[in-house]
Amino acid sequence: MPVQYYIFLSIALFCIGVMGVLMRRNAIIIFMCVELMLNAVNLLMVAFSKMWADAGRVDAGSAQIFVFFIMVVAAAEVAVGLAIIVMVYRNSHSVDINIMNRLKN
Amino acid sequence: MGMSLQQIIFGVLSVISLVSALGVVLSKNPVTSVLCLIVTFFTIAGHYIMLNAQFLAVVHIIVYAGAIMVLFLFVIMLMNLNAEIEPQKRNWLKYAGAISGGAFLVVLLAALREASMPALLPGSNDIGLISNLGKTLFNQYVVPFEVSSILFLSAMVGAVVIGKKEN
Repeated sequence: MPVQYYIFLSIALFCIGVMGVLMRRNAIIIFMCVELMLNAVNLLMVAFSKMWADAGRVDAGSAQIFVFFIMVVAAAEVAVGLAIIVMVYRNSHSVDINIMNRLKN
Repeated sequence: MGMSLQQIIFGVLSVISLVSALGVVLSKNPVTSVLCLIVTFFTIAGHYIMLNAQFLAVVHIIVYAGAIMVLFLFVIMLMNLNAEIEPQKRNWLKYAGAISGGAFLVVLLAALREASMPALLPGSNDIGLISNLGKTLFNQYVVPFEVSSILFLSAMVGAVVIGKKEN
């Protein structure tokens, strides 16, 4: 099975995430779309890991460790990001990203 | 049709993950978006199993479906968001976003269509098993592993400080 299938799937998932970030105004949905993009990249990295393992490289497992660290960072990022969104909601009673214009002044 | 079982499973999982990813973006109700994203994450875990990354598949389900999405669901239900009060962008901005994303998709697909790479073999290998990954992690990547624990600690402190009610 060609690895291109996985590349195309990852690109499609990534672009759906980009579209979500551009099309929505709810900060939580935008955050979820960022998670979707992260996962598209993770999937591609795992596919490349298998590709190089099948080609005989002995250190192909490093890519999976890298994906593991991306998951670690994503978990930390979600904790802090959701705390920020909750704080914004508490101050303005909305999760609309246009509210964040107020940070300008 | 000379399709192998692997390709059939790949096709089914891909269709489900793309449809549910579109559901995340297009659904009006935030709770539906979260549920669609959970379905996407489960199909991605299925892809991981197909790619001999068994440990990562389990970690992915535990971390994403078990922790992150529950956090999202908690926050959405805490704020009592629903389709009626969902903020909507103006229509032309939505079309502009969809067209830009689609153009990005077309460019990337066109750029990588002709790329030549080694194929994925149907057999399985054991790089994704926990013993091999553990050896790699604790031999080559001990320092990043320890740094990530500091990252978690600071993220936890940061989340508590930000989320605390000031009085």
